[in-house]
Amino acid sequence: MRFTLKKDKSGIVIVGVEGQLIVGNRQELKQKVLDALEDGSRKFVIDFSKTGYIDSSGLGVLVSLSKKIREQGGELRLAGLNADLQTLFELTKLDTLFAITRTAEEALAAF
Amino acid sequence: MQLDVPSDLGMVGDAVELVASHLPPGTLSPRRISFNLRTALAEALGNAIRYGTGEDPDRVVSISVELGHGVVRIYVVDDGNGFDTSQIPDPTHPDNLPREYGRGLFVIRHLVDDVAFNEKGNGICLTLRAG
Repeated sequence: MRFTLKKDKSGIVIVGVEGQLIVGNRQELKQKVLDALEDGSRKFVIDFSKTGYIDSSGLGVLVSLSKKIREQGGELRLAGLNADLQTLFELTKLDTLFAITRTAEEALAAF
Repeated sequence: MQLDVPSDLGMVGDAVELVASHLPPGTLSPRRISFNLRTALAEALGNAIRYGTGEDPDRVVSISVELGHGVVRIYVVDDGNGFDTSQIPDPTHPDNLPREYGRGLFVIRHLVDDVAFNEKGNGICLTLRAG
């Protein structure tokens, strides 16, 4: 499990989630994104292309982060969901709350 | 297989990997092990640690795994007081969508073939079938 943060040339923060996003590590992701928000970043992409599974606590932290980013005038986009993760978002109807793109590159281009 | 997991949310990922990696080859499809089993077990174990044992480091949550012909049953039991599963609101209702919590049992029910609780409500059995 590992979270990586990098910025593209226009300052968009791309967060990589390697492994899983679950109850045991969600706070680490949350803190990394909130630190970047505090530092002035407003546009975020979370890339799940290297993510195996996400539990409901992981989904919950995404909901929370999206709200906090919007409150600061920013936007969070999600990308790289495999078929199982896409289904998870659809059955929980969270696909209606998030802007989801096939790849991180598509998410970056959509800002 | 039987496993006692300390009541520490940081242990959930390792415990899930231990169970998933010790299933005999061919028990379930690799995809169902890598997603359905791991996600559902992480949910059940996380709930037991957070709500059943209150993240008390002196308590443990027990996992046991039974293998049958084309079926895996995973029992997750804590020593808490249990909970009433009928009182959980629908997380997909528009009023509940923006909530951070409340999706765990809903997710479990969609990922496994059968979910059962013991009478006290402090134990859950996840059943996954091959195919």
